[in-house]
Amino acid sequence: MRRTVGYILIGIFFGIVMYKSEAASWFRIYEMFRFDSFHMYGIIGSALILGIIGVQIIKRKNLRSFFGDPIKIASKERGFKKYFFGGIIFGLGWALAGACPGPIYTLIGAGYVSVIVVLLGAVGGAFLYGLLRKKLPH
Amino acid sequence: MEMILEPWPWYVAGPLIALVMFLLIFMGKKFGMSSNLETMCTICGAGKKSDYFNVDWKASRWNLLVIVGAAIGGFIGAHLLSNGNAVNISEETVLNLQELGFMSSGEAYLPERLFSLEALGNFQSIMILLVGGVLIGFGARYAAGCTSGHAISGLSNLQLPSLIAVIGFFIGGLVMVHLLFPIIF
Repeated sequence: MRRTVGYILIGIFFGIVMYKSEAASWFRIYEMFRFDSFHMYGIIGSALILGIIGVQIIKRKNLRSFFGDPIKIASKERGFKKYFFGGIIFGLGWALAGACPGPIYTLIGAGYVSVIVVLLGAVGGAFLYGLLRKKLPH
Repeated sequence: MEMILEPWPWYVAGPLIALVMFLLIFMGKKFGMSSNLETMCTICGAGKKSDYFNVDWKASRWNLLVIVGAAIGGFIGAHLLSNGNAVNISEETVLNLQELGFMSSGEAYLPERLFSLEALGNFQSIMILLVGGVLIGFGARYAAGCTSGHAISGLSNLQLPSLIAVIGFFIGGLVMVHLLFPIIF
């Protein structure tokens, strides 16, 4: 129960940050791909610098989770094609719909009903991948 | 309070996103949003069509709770913590979007042409949202991650596959905005 509340609270915090930073705005994504503003690069870049430092500290000091378990940060499976082709397809959608898989929920919660269409498409897209997976280069 | 109601600058938002990632890591999980799309397929019975979805979705329940929170956070951010929803994008972007016919740029949070309730009655708008969604879902699962899983989590862990994926994200985004938008809009 305590963990359930924890995940919801982290999600709420994430949603507020996504909305208030305008990272959930279609306009900001468009602006980013036109290189017209530093805003999105600043968000991703500063998150990343702190992320790299923090992950190194966690690994080197063998820090434990809130519940006392060892923290395992898994490495990504090696490969090129799936990351490259999948990435390009994702990028096309990210720019077109102006939302990534986190902010989609934030926007629906904010009251943008039409984003439900994007969500349905995204679930359908994930399903399509599951069907076609064996035929795709990985 | 006034500062909270204004849009948050990047140097506040970026560190807070890193905090979200670390909170999830210290909960024994990871920061990655697109796997929820897969979980929803599994819950809807997609396991009957493909083994890929034949997994115990209850192991991913925690991530569904995170997105329920993300939706609540969107409501709070938009309705309790904002005194307006105009996005202050750069002047060049506003002018460029007006040329493409996006009249609400600089004044709204999302372009009305695509996301307003009236736009839901427009076939082209619906198709753009739907196709955009399909590309997001398909691409994110093909690449095994999205902005959160690769650009933040994976790059924070210095993963080469995540760098490849992020380069892909940008190739796709740049092609869409610079080559396809003039055709679509």
